Amino acid sequence: MKSNVVKLLSTAAIAATISAGAAATTLEDVKKKGFIQCGVSQGVPGFSNADSNGNWTGIDVDACRATAAAIFGDAQKVKFTPLSAKERFTALQSGEIDMLSRNTTWTYTRDTSLGLDFTAVNFYDGQGFMARKDLGVTSALDLDGATVCTEQGTTTELNMADFFRKHNLSYVPVVVQKADEALAAYASGRCDVFTTDKSGLAAHRSKLANPGQHIILDETISKEPLGPVVRHGDNQWKDIVTWAMFVQVNAEEMGISSKNVAKIKKESNDPGIKRLLGAEGDMGAQLGLSSDWAYDIIAEVGNYGEVFERNVGPSTPVGLPRGINNLWTEGGVMYAPPVR
Amino acid sequence: MSDKTTSSNKSLLNDAGTRALIFQIVLLAVVVFVSYYLFSNLQANLANQGISTGFAFLNQPAGFPILIHLIEYTEADTYGRAFVVALINTTVISLMGIVLATIIGVIMGLARLSNNWLVARLATVYVETLRNIPLLLQMFFWYFAVLSALPSPKNSIIFADFFLNKRGIYSPNPLFQEGFGIVIAGFILSIIASIAVIVWAKKRQTRTGLWFPAYWASLGLIIVITFLALAVSGFPIEFDLPQKSRFNVTGGMVLPPEFVAVLVALSTYTGAFIAEIVRAGILSVNWGQTEAARSLGLKDSLTQRLIVLPQALRVIIPPLTSQFLNLAKNSSLGAAIAYPELVAVVMGTTLNQTGQAIETIGLCMLVYGTLSLTISMFMNWYNKKMSLTER
Repeated sequence: MKSNVVKLLSTAAIAATISAGAAATTLEDVKKKGFIQCGVSQGVPGFSNADSNGNWTGIDVDACRATAAAIFGDAQKVKFTPLSAKERFTALQSGEIDMLSRNTTWTYTRDTSLGLDFTAVNFYDGQGFMARKDLGVTSALDLDGATVCTEQGTTTELNMADFFRKHNLSYVPVVVQKADEALAAYASGRCDVFTTDKSGLAAHRSKLANPGQHIILDETISKEPLGPVVRHGDNQWKDIVTWAMFVQVNAEEMGISSKNVAKIKKESNDPGIKRLLGAEGDMGAQLGLSSDWAYDIIAEVGNYGEVFERNVGPSTPVGLPRGINNLWTEGGVMYAPPVR
Repeated sequence: MSDKTTSSNKSLLNDAGTRALIFQIVLLAVVVFVSYYLFSNLQANLANQGISTGFAFLNQPAGFPILIHLIEYTEADTYGRAFVVALINTTVISLMGIVLATIIGVIMGLARLSNNWLVARLATVYVETLRNIPLLLQMFFWYFAVLSALPSPKNSIIFADFFLNKRGIYSPNPLFQEGFGIVIAGFILSIIASIAVIVWAKKRQTRTGLWFPAYWASLGLIIVITFLALAVSGFPIEFDLPQKSRFNVTGGMVLPPEFVAVLVALSTYTGAFIAEIVRAGILSVNWGQTEAARSLGLKDSLTQRLIVLPQALRVIIPPLTSQFLNLAKNSSLGAAIAYPELVAVVMGTTLNQTGQAIETIGLCMLVYGTLSLTISMFMNWYNKKMSLTER
């Protein structure tokens, strides 16, 4: 009898473990519930920010919308979960969100040991410093002995330490749990310098009382390739998120935008464009999507250039130049594999 | 006859003892099975997702800085050492908070009972304000109030070799030179001597009824002997003085605003609760006790110390214990204003850099559990010591 009990128990245990392991794929889950649950930041203008009506906008938000457009043909089928830097990976690991699009830097450790997979890069960034103009600092190498404010739980914390160690400079770190309070501490004079990714610096500077009194130092002290992240092990889902981004870059390169996509689909004779827009062949099937998945992305969200200009471009309050994020044909590093 | 019936009906299942044993075994089996299931499920899922497990990360270099470290710590040290640094920061702020909160609480509790109308009202306002505002809000208030009220490092308030500005309070840092061992030995000797004096004075008082000011005498002993030792060894202390530099004040010892804000917020908040506990405790002692003490000719101060307080303490200690526990746990809110305690360093930075949520959160739970149980054990011992000894 005893051995029966043991058998029963262990069978139950194994069965339970297996059932927990063999869950449905993320795509099936998402299709079933009818929307993507997307993890974004708690408010970084230009990247992911909610207005007073709860409408989210930003480059990172558009990455989620593009994925939704590819799956549902409707970019609005996304629900957003605002996450702090320290909550974001746990939220993705535990399945609370389907994808994480929260200006997250692609690093070795994160890609290999967190059970996560990075997809594509939607913004190439680098860490910089912001200081008060009246300090008279022109270079980050002048910062010996300075007090530095930053947000907790980011690559920023480590880059800052590496930078000061490398140049043998002393500094006082003030690491605050949330970005807004870190900025408040800087604004109140607790720190001489505020550090984060340069895009973030521009966004944060626009929030300060007198943006003109603060300068962003020239040095870029790190590489910060930012992009959407998915759980490790679901390759189909990873492919969808990755190619939703690649389609936008390819579209820009081919001169296809949300405005002309309908016309081009009807009129173009270019086999590459016909393949991309689903007028020829069925590229979507390989991802488990419909044939006009790429068409929907471009029609609903636009190409990468449109997304950039709309959210962080020179005409927006964030006002970032295209710079390194331009297409490879224009002197930048945005280069997507071909759809074929 | 009846005896026979019961014994014939007595199967094993009807025996209360056996039944209890069976229930115990079943319960144990369920507990073991559930925990085994949860554990193996966790293991399998972590492995499936490719998330690293185990505590090996504690030996990896941390690579991040910590603002306040009472032991040597650099970015090149390990996550394990960062954990110890954070543990010390949590323990220090909790213990200092407990001492300060108790002092504030006793003063405010007595003030609420004062015959002076103004003092009593002020204490009431203090208690009602502080305990009705969320602690996190108070921390932000102290942090940003302190920061905005103080001058920038360039315009530091300077008093002798002390500097005060937004970056903290800077004071000379004593550096102990060779020969300081003599001073330490002298100090220890003086403490032993004062304990001897106190014990002697107590014995003498029980024997002869004569009173001797033992506490004042021992304070004098400690000062005189330590000073003599300093003089004999030729004052082996040098001071590292704070100096203005380009951005900050450098050198010396610094008390950063994060520490001050957390300590003030924790001790004033908990102090308000303790004030009420102290007031309740004192009011619980029958007024007749005070009248009896007075009729024996005891001074008011002695009445309080020898008659009222010992009886009040029996009522005060149990709720006081839970306030101490609350304070220790509330210290985790310091993470919000950059005080590098356990939650900030381990559940914040370490968790984020390693991604090992289960391990880091488990470590934190273990620490808070141990800290709280230790405080609880100490207070239970003290409670037992103060409880009514019936003869």
